[in-house]
Formats: sequence, structure tokens, C-alpha cells
Amino acid sequence: MLLEFKSVTKSFQDQSGEIPVLRGVSFALDAGETLALTGESGSGKSTLLHIAGGLDTADSGSVLLEGRKINGLPDRALAQVRRHQISLVFQQFNLVPSLTVGANIRFQAALAGVLDPAFVDHLVGALGLQDHLDKYPEVLSGGQQQRVAIARALAAKPKLLLADEPTGNLDEETAAIVLAQMLALVEDTGAACMMVTHSPKIAGQLGRSLHLKAGLLV
Amino acid sequence: MMAPALWALMSHWWRNPIQFFAVIGGLALATALWCGVQAINAEARASYDAAAGVLGEGQYDQLVPRTGDTISVEDYIALRRAGWLVTPVVEHRFGAVRLLGIDPLTAPAGFAGLSAFQDQSNSFQRHSVFANAKTAETLSDELDIVVQLDVADGLAIADISVVQSFAKAKGLSRLIILPNQPMTQPLLEEIAPGLKRLAANQTADVEQLTDSFHLSLTAFGMLSFVVGLFIVHSAIGLAFEQRRGLVRTMRSLGVPMRRLLVLVAVEMGVIALIGGTLGVLLGYLIAATLLPDVAGTLQGLYGAQVSGVLEFRASWAASGIALALAGTAFAVSGRLLQIAQMPLLASGKSRAWVMARGQRSKIQGFLAVALLISAAILAGITNTLFLGFGLLACLLVGAALAFPLLVSKATQVFERRSKNATVAWFWADTRQQIPGLSLALMALLLAVSANIGVATMVSSFRLTFVGFLDQRLAPELYLQVDTKDESAALDKYLTDRGFESLPLPRADIDVQGEPARLLGVRVGPTYRQNWVFLDQIPDPWTDVKMGKGLIVNEQLARRQGLWVGHSVTLRQDLALPIVAVVGDYGNPSSQAIVSESLFADLHPQTPPLQFGVRTNDPQSLRTALVQDLGLAHNAMINQAQIKSASLEIFERTFMVTAALNVLTLGVAGFAILMSLLTLADIRVPQLAPVWAMGMTRRRLALLELARAVSLAALVFAAALPVGLALAWVLLTVVNVAAFGWQLPMFLFPAEYAGLAAYTLIAAVLAALWPVGRLLNTPPAALLQVFSNER
Amino acid sequence: MNVRFLLLLLWMPFCAMAQGFSGLGASSDGFAMPQPQAGFAFPNDHGPHPDFSIEWWYLTANLESQDGTEYGIQWTLFRTALSPENAPGWASPQVWFAHAAVTTPNQHFTAERFARGGIGQAGVQADPFHAWIDEWSLSGPSFRALDLHAQGADFGYAMTLNAQGPLVFHGAQGFSVKSPNGQASHYYSQPFFDIKGTLNLPEGPKKVTGTAWLDREWSSQPLDDTQLGWDWFSLSFESGSKLMGFQVRDSDGGTFTSGTWIEKTGQSVTLPHGSLTLTPKAWHSVAGRDVPVTWNLQLPEYGMDVIVDAVNPNAWMGVSIPYWEGPVSVRGSHPGKGYLEMTGYE
Repeated sequence: MLLEFKSVTKSFQDQSGEIPVLRGVSFALDAGETLALTGESGSGKSTLLHIAGGLDTADSGSVLLEGRKINGLPDRALAQVRRHQISLVFQQFNLVPSLTVGANIRFQAALAGVLDPAFVDHLVGALGLQDHLDKYPEVLSGGQQQRVAIARALAAKPKLLLADEPTGNLDEETAAIVLAQMLALVEDTGAACMMVTHSPKIAGQLGRSLHLKAGLLV
Repeated sequence: MMAPALWALMSHWWRNPIQFFAVIGGLALATALWCGVQAINAEARASYDAAAGVLGEGQYDQLVPRTGDTISVEDYIALRRAGWLVTPVVEHRFGAVRLLGIDPLTAPAGFAGLSAFQDQSNSFQRHSVFANAKTAETLSDELDIVVQLDVADGLAIADISVVQSFAKAKGLSRLIILPNQPMTQPLLEEIAPGLKRLAANQTADVEQLTDSFHLSLTAFGMLSFVVGLFIVHSAIGLAFEQRRGLVRTMRSLGVPMRRLLVLVAVEMGVIALIGGTLGVLLGYLIAATLLPDVAGTLQGLYGAQVSGVLEFRASWAASGIALALAGTAFAVSGRLLQIAQMPLLASGKSRAWVMARGQRSKIQGFLAVALLISAAILAGITNTLFLGFGLLACLLVGAALAFPLLVSKATQVFERRSKNATVAWFWADTRQQIPGLSLALMALLLAVSANIGVATMVSSFRLTFVGFLDQRLAPELYLQVDTKDESAALDKYLTDRGFESLPLPRADIDVQGEPARLLGVRVGPTYRQNWVFLDQIPDPWTDVKMGKGLIVNEQLARRQGLWVGHSVTLRQDLALPIVAVVGDYGNPSSQAIVSESLFADLHPQTPPLQFGVRTNDPQSLRTALVQDLGLAHNAMINQAQIKSASLEIFERTFMVTAALNVLTLGVAGFAILMSLLTLADIRVPQLAPVWAMGMTRRRLALLELARAVSLAALVFAAALPVGLALAWVLLTVVNVAAFGWQLPMFLFPAEYAGLAAYTLIAAVLAALWPVGRLLNTPPAALLQVFSNER
Repeated sequence: MNVRFLLLLLWMPFCAMAQGFSGLGASSDGFAMPQPQAGFAFPNDHGPHPDFSIEWWYLTANLESQDGTEYGIQWTLFRTALSPENAPGWASPQVWFAHAAVTTPNQHFTAERFARGGIGQAGVQADPFHAWIDEWSLSGPSFRALDLHAQGADFGYAMTLNAQGPLVFHGAQGFSVKSPNGQASHYYSQPFFDIKGTLNLPEGPKKVTGTAWLDREWSSQPLDDTQLGWDWFSLSFESGSKLMGFQVRDSDGGTFTSGTWIEKTGQSVTLPHGSLTLTPKAWHSVAGRDVPVTWNLQLPEYGMDVIVDAVNPNAWMGVSIPYWEGPVSVRGSHPGKGYLEMTGYE
């Protein structure tokens, strides 16, 4: 088992008091499995993804990655987990504006010390980015930028790819193409993937769906 | 992991060279200012020492022959062996040069030219003659000349044996009495009846005056560095704001927080080192350009050993780089704290990097008011140097904090009053930019204030100093006699020949139980024209002349609380009103001045033994006095020469300080340029709607220029009172606290007008580049603002 | 030792100071060198030897007032030559300087004078003996009966001295070796003076009596380049015997020790390197330096094992070449009193 949530709860503080976001979520994800997290805005799906990625911490319960409990680990250890086991793809792309496309793609793998030029070439080819490597992200279209983010995430050879509405900023046509390319590459590399999406259509393209409602899996 | 992460951080500078230039340039300028001011201070100090060399022999009591103009070595030895600690001086004229032979073994520390020997570290050459480059040129080739910059013009110093053999003379010119004498010693008459003691000549002790000047320069040196730090701070602040997203991205990609903080610290450390090093080099260049006597070619020109040339001193460089590092650390530490506290998940977008509004500007306003009130209170009660600098800090920080708020308020008023929509928009848009410009505005305010302060302080000092020398050294020749008969004969001799003779009788008296010195003066044009008073009634000299009033020095006034209008009891039946208070810089003792005739009434047994004489030709009068009255050469001092030498030396210091203006304005202009450039990108979305509504780019550009000018005008309007307050605090508060007397403050409207022009020019020059960029912004870029909006 | 090889110096209070005491080991081009077989010729050798680069007349005394308070005085006249050739008048290369001090249990007064040779401001004449600089002097009909004067801004003294024993010669007939490499000086002492007189102190004059020790030494290159400074003791024991002992500290931490054991009768034995051991026991901070002010001295051949304490640990000579010099008291196997000089503590 790659990722396991056991009775995970999380709430946020607001002026009006404590707002529970996750109220005891348990599920498991196997290696190589793809999973869609769906739910309405505010249902807690992004929070769940952030907790899985070590960007946020659970209030109670446990999160196990390859059998190791990661919630409650110090910043350093969490950073190591993100560097070596997990990659993230965001709706906002979060590319480094001052690095070229090529450098952005190599960046995470270089941080993790697992840079494999041949594999990077493969990803670049598969995503159709070969003509853009020396450009800066700001001149690329949204779809191209997200392809760069996907290449960057996969170049680090993660065991788990976490994606938060990766096509949310793209038009429908581009979104479909990017999603297809991404899922193909995920399958290709054997990584597991957990993706937050509000679209049932996209969810349908993944192996399994979990639906969150008011902080509970339904 | 370090390498790619550091590379990603650094790539920001590669893509934003202007920001990089701003940070490096800001650091370099701040450091250069510091180093330049250090150098100027060093030069000023050297000038003081040289001036003291000219004036300084008068600091000590001296023994001179009663007749003739030499003292025998036997008399010298007899005095030494009787326990009189005296040191011999041999003076010889070589053309216009005074060749001074001293005995370094017995000369008191700080004695004229002794430092020349000391500077030769351990390679002392007994046979060398020390002179500055200009003087060295005119000296004989027979002498082994060592060029030493801090020797006064027209003076050459050597060991006594060198001067004696060069001048082929055996005797000594005079003996200087050291300040510390042993427990017991016989009377002078018993040992050397042929010698008489001349009291130290305190008329031209400028040491305290120059100390005060130096203190003020140091304060301005610090201030200029603070101005530089403002630039560094804003440039670094901007760079950090723009990299918030990058920091978050890097963390989400697995760079641990601690590692990231270390990386940023290393990165900024490297940048500080680069900027600091450039600054030190720049400061060195500035100093080398400013210091007129510095030329690396001296050695070749004079064939003499050169020392004292502006050296690249490790202490300078180290202090400059240390300041650059400390300044950067100060600017960065807050940002690092922000990174450490920044939640991983907050929006990656640039927060408005501008200074906070609302709540925060209220706090800022409150702080500014509190500081300014503290400054006002401190101004009333300050009596120590520490409080004085506290006052300066409150004043400057308070003014800087208040300024953006005031500008904001002003634009609001302008906006409300404007009838034209474009003008109203102009002011509203200006106000919108103030938070982004506020650090640059503060820097400019401080820079211009410092400039106004420097100009006021230096010029006031110069007026005071020149006036003081005019006043105290007005008589060209200064004579000393021994007896009442000689006194009367001399006065008659001078008056008969149409010279203005100024007898200077003096007696020790008590004023309200405190010791003071009473001086008598022969009121005449010399006094009327040359004396400048701190406070006076109209035409005080006439009252003095008629025996209806007296003048006291500032020391007496302050010590006893006696000012114009108070009266001083000179005899049981005689109390006179004070008609004027005179600044008497560097004189520790109290003095009261009355007319010659009143003095004679009060002290009939005390004839004037010292005289000042006005003459256009001191040299021939001197010769005549020796021939006709048998006065000893040593009893006559050529004050005209002393005066011109010391004025020349100080002129150099004044000239060099003028360079401070150029430096600080350069820095201020740079601050505006950098702020405008960094704002330029943010401006595009703000300008696009106005452009879309039909305003041409050209018009927009002109308005941008107008904005820079209006802001600069506002800065100057605020800087004038702040700068004057700064000068006032230094001259009348800090100086009194440090030295017990006040430097009068003069205003120089013409100089201020010039500074205002420079400020506006600096602002326009700084705005030109960003405005040019705006003019050349393609319409597509403006259009894109709309298409990018989501 | 009066290895007060201070001298350095070219001139001036200032020059060589920066180099510190190690500068003493400089070369001696053109100057006469000490010779082992030279011997002495009195009274001439009480006078100056201008062909040697440095020389001194060094007097220290332990004094006591009637109320039992202990005092120490120092009077030293140094001569140094800037160059070996002679020149008359002001051009003379001979430089004289002198230090005077009075140490009380809680105060320390110092004064310093400088003069050049050739003009009569300072000098030494062998017979009748007369050494002077300014109004300071040490003079008398012979070297055995002397008057001593010195004063500063806040102290002064006037003393008379009478020798109770013979001169003592250090090393082999006055050829005293200072380093393993053979640097040496001509060195003799008169350690048997009785002294009495008046100290003038800020609180008033004080009549005092005691014993004094006069050292005469001259050389041209006393120290090795690597030798940093020295610790020198002159001790008079209640038994009547005396000890002159010193160590020169090397930059590598090693020391060179030497000394002279002097019997009551004036018979003396030179102590070779290594026989005397000197160990600092307590340090005191004065003028920003740490200086050992309590010492353990051991000389097993004579059954001597004593603790030497400074009477006033603040006896710092803040003169052009600063050093520590003051009276000491001795306890242990050989109780007594004496003087300690320490140089080269940075």
C-alpha cells in the first residue's frame, strides 16, 4: 500500500469559530493506482491533497506513505518526502519565472539528485515541449505551462503524483489534451496519481473516484 | 540539492538585472558614501593637525631672550639640569619656508611636526627634513627631504642638528615650556636671568572649533550611510516580494525551510560582499579625486620619499564592507523572518509589496508624531551628547516616517481642489503610488535634509571660523614688552608714526566670586569692523568706549548666566551692563572686556605689556622696531602670516566637504530611479485603462515626469525645515552639549535654492528612463492587460 | 638581569616600540662586541662605553619607613648609541634616557626623561662618579658613597648610599651569557648598598631606610631574535646571601635561565642554564596585560624553594617601553626581599 489515510480530521480557525474541513477520512491508495477526488467547493478535497503532500498537517488520525507515518514529521523530513516520493502539480502551474522551460523541467529532479537526461527528453517529447526549452515560462500558453509543470513533476520519478485541478486554468479542448498526456505518462512511469477535480468527466478517466461531502467520504 | 536551489534563486537576478543593479548599486553607493566621508574626515583631521602645527606653538608658554634673538645651549642645559622641562626650537628662514628644528627627544607629545617623525615608524632618519609636497619643491637640494602631507604649508621640520648645520648657527631660537613640570624647580631668574617667559598665546587656539566641526562631519557620515541603507532596504524588499512565489514553489518541491533560509542568507551575503567591495573601490576613487594633494606621482616629481599619500587602508575597506554586510543583514533579517513564518499554502501571488495601509499607516503616523514630540521635548532639555544624538535620531526618523503620510494627505487636498478630471486623476494616481515610493521618498527626504544641514553647518562654521580669525588675529603684528616704560615708549612710537596701536592690558579679576580675565581695548575701527557678537545691543562699542558698558565672552555668560542686559560689578562702586556677548571658541576661561581708559582706572599698576599693530608691511615695521626700540625678534609675532596659513589649510577642508553634496544627491537620485523602475511594471496595468480612455502615451509620459517633479518639490519643501532643524540641533544643541559653547547658525538661501534645483533635476533625470520606457511600451502590451484579466 | 636590554632604540620614544622587545635582538653593525676575557678597569668602567650600543646604570632599593610601611624605588639611566661613529654637539648619536619610580603598597609613581649626548644634558663620568640626566643624578666621591636624586610631577626622592661589600661580577668574570647562542653582556653589580633618605610623595615627605642594589651592564647584542622578554629577580635574603636570577623567554615557549648566587662576603657562584627554575604562580591584570606577580623560585643546590610576591602588583612602568618593575617580598626556605622586573608581556 502506497498511501493510507486513517481517520484523518482537520479544521480551520475562523472569526466565527472552528470550521471542520475533514471529519474522519480513511482510505488507501495502492502503488500505480489513479484516484480522483471529487466534491463541491469547500468539501475539503484540496485540504486532503495538501495533507497527503505534506504541505499541510492533519489534526488527528494518521497519514502513512509506504507504511511510514508522515503527519507530524518536521519540516525537514517532509521536504525530503516531497523531494523523493511525491510530486505536485498545481492549478497555478507554479513554475520558476526566472528559469527557462528546460531548467524548470529539470529543476525538481535536480533538487532530488535523480536527474535522468534521457528520461527528461522522453517527457519533453511526449508533451511536445521540444521547441520551447530555451524560452521563459511567461511566453508560453497556459496549456504549455501546465505541460512544463507536469514534466517537472514526473522528471523527479515520484511514486505518487498529486494534482490539484491541473486543468482548471485551461480551456476545455486544451484541458482534455493535457489531461490525456498526463495520464498516459503517469501510466507509463508506473506512478500512482491522486487528482482533485470538480469535473465528473475528468474523474471518469481515472481508475477510481472518491467523493467528499462536508468533510466526509461518501 | 544546494546547487540547483541556489541557481533558481540567483536566476531571479539574471532575469531582473535592474533589481540586481538596484541592490548592488544601493549597497555600493551606501558603502562609497561611508568610505568617502571617512576619507574626508581623515583629510579634515590632517588639515587640523597641520593648522595646529602653524598655530600650535602658541599653545605652550615659551622662554625667549630678553635681548638679541638667540638662547645659548648653556642656558638650555642649565635649565634642564635645574629641573625645568623645556625643549629647544631653532627657526631658520629659507626663502618663504620656515625651517623648524626641534628636539624629538624632549618635545612634548603633539608638538608641531613631532608626528612627522612618528609617522616614519621605525625607520627614523635623523637627517631628514619633513615638508609637504608644495613646500618640498621650494627647499634646497642639499637637504634630505621626506614628503609628509600633514605638515603645514610653508613649514619644514627637522631635527635640531640638521637645521643648525644647514643654517650654520649655534644658538637656539626659543625654549618651549612643557605642560607637566616636576615637583620642585628654582625660579627662572636664578637659572637664566637673560630669558623671559611669554605666556601661551590663546588667541588662536582652534582645536575645539575643529573638534566640533569634526563631530558634525561624523554625524553626517552616519546619516549618509543611513540614506544608502534605505535604498538597499527597498531594493531587497522588492526582490523578496517578487520571489515569494518562488520560495513557496521551492518548498513544495522539497527544499526544506532551513536550507532555504541558509541559501538566501548566503546569496545576500555574496551580494553584500560584491556591493561592499565595489563601494569601497568607489569610495576610494571619490576620496582620491577629492583630496587635492593626493597624487601618486609625487615620488617621481620630487625624487623624495613620499609618505602620507592616500593609502588604501585595510581599516577603511574593512569598515566599509562590514557596514555593507551589516546593512544587508539588517534589511534581510526581517525578510528571512517573513519567509520562516510564511505559510506554505498562502497565495503565491505577490502581496501588495507596498507599505501597508490602513491600520499600519495609523501606527506609522502615531509613531512619527510621538518621535517628533520627543524631539521637541529633547531639544528643550538636552545637555549631554548622548541625548543630543537621541534628539537627532528622533527628529530624522520622525520626519522620515511622517513624510509619506503628509505627501498622501497633500495629494488628497490637491485632488479635491482640482477642477480638471485629468488633474484629479493625476493626484489620485500619485497618491496610489506613494506606498510604493515611500521608502525612496524617505531616502530622498533624508538625503536632501542632510544636504541642507551640511550646507548650513559647513557654511556657518566657515563664517564663524573666518570671522573668529579676523577678530582675534586682526592686528598684523603682535608685540610684547617687559616694563611700563617700554610700554609707553612703544605706544608713542607707533602712534607717532600713524600706526593703529592696540594696547592689550590684562588683569585677573573676580566676577561674582569666579576667576575671570579683564581685558582693556582701545576701541577703534579694528574692533568695530572685525568683532562678531552672539548677542548685542545696537552699537555696543560706543558704550564700551565711553565706559558705560562691557563685553563678556560666551564662556563667562554661560558659566555665570550673565547675558546682555545683566550687569557685572567691577568695583564696589562700579557695575556696568553687558552690552555684547562674544563667541570665544576654544578658550576655556571667562573674559570681560572694557575700554582702555576704564582698565587704567581700575588697574593703574598694570600697564599694557602686549600690543597689536595694524600695518600693511609687518616685515619692515619689525625691522624698524628692532632698530629703533631694540625689541627682540622673539617679542614680535607676525599674525598676518599665521592667519593666512590657517585659512588656507581650512579652505581645503571646506572644499572637500562640498563634495558631500554631490555624493548624497547622487544617492538620492539613484533611489528615485530605482523605485520608479521597479514600479514601472506594476504601473502598466494602472495606466492601461487611462490609455484606453483616450490619453496618449506621450501625455501619460509627460504626466509621469510631472509627477516626479511634484514629488521632488514636496520632498524639498519638507527637507528644508528638517535640514535646518538638523543643522540647528548640531550647532546649538549637540555642540553646546559636547563643548559648552554654541556655533552661531547662519542661513544661506542662495545655496538652498541651488539645492532645490539640483533636487528637481535629480528627480527628472531619474524619471527620464522609466518615462522613456513608458513611451516605448507597445500598445499591444497595454492591451494585454485586458486580455490577461481573468 | 638587568638584561634590560631595552634599548633598542634608535631614538625616540616611538620608533622601535611597535616592534616590541623582540626588536632588541637587532643587529649590531659596527659596534664593539662583549669579549669573554676583557676584564674590567676601574674606576673607568663605571663610566660609559660609547662604542657599545647599549648600557645602563640600574638602581633598585627596598625601603621601609618608621611606621613599617614598605617602599621600593627605581632609578635607571640608559645609554644607547644610534650609530657607532661619534659626532659632536647636537649631532651626537648618543641618546640617554632614564626612568624613576616609587612604589608604595598601593601606589606607583613613574617619570621618564630623554636627552641626547654631546650637549651636556645627560652623561656619566667615572671618577669622581657622576651620572646625570636633567636634574636627576647619582653621584659621589667614589662608586661606594653616592647621592641619588630624581623627581617627577607628583613624586621625588633624595637618598644617600653607602656600599657595605665588594662589587660582584656575573658570569665568567663579568661576561654574562644571555642565550644558548652566546649573546652576552658585560655585567657587574654592587648589591651591598645601605640606603637612607626622604621620599617626597603627594601626602608629604617620608623618611626611609633600606638596602639598594646597583647593576652595571653594557653590550651590543644581548638578545636572540626569538627571545621575547625576560623575568629578572634581585633578592636579598635575611641570611645575608643574595640571588640574581633571570630567565629569557623564547617565542617557542622555552626559556634560558641564569643567575648568580652571592654569599654574605661577596663571593659569588654563577648558576648555569637550567639550575634555577622560575615558575609563575599567580597572574594579575594591569594596563590591559596579564603579568605574573607571584613566583616560585627553586634552586635545589642551595636548598632554596621560595615564593616571591609583588608588594604592589600594579607596579607597571607606563613609559615609552612599558614593563613591570617593583619591590617583592620573599617567603619560604629563604625569607627576604628584593626587586622583580618583567618585560615583553603583551
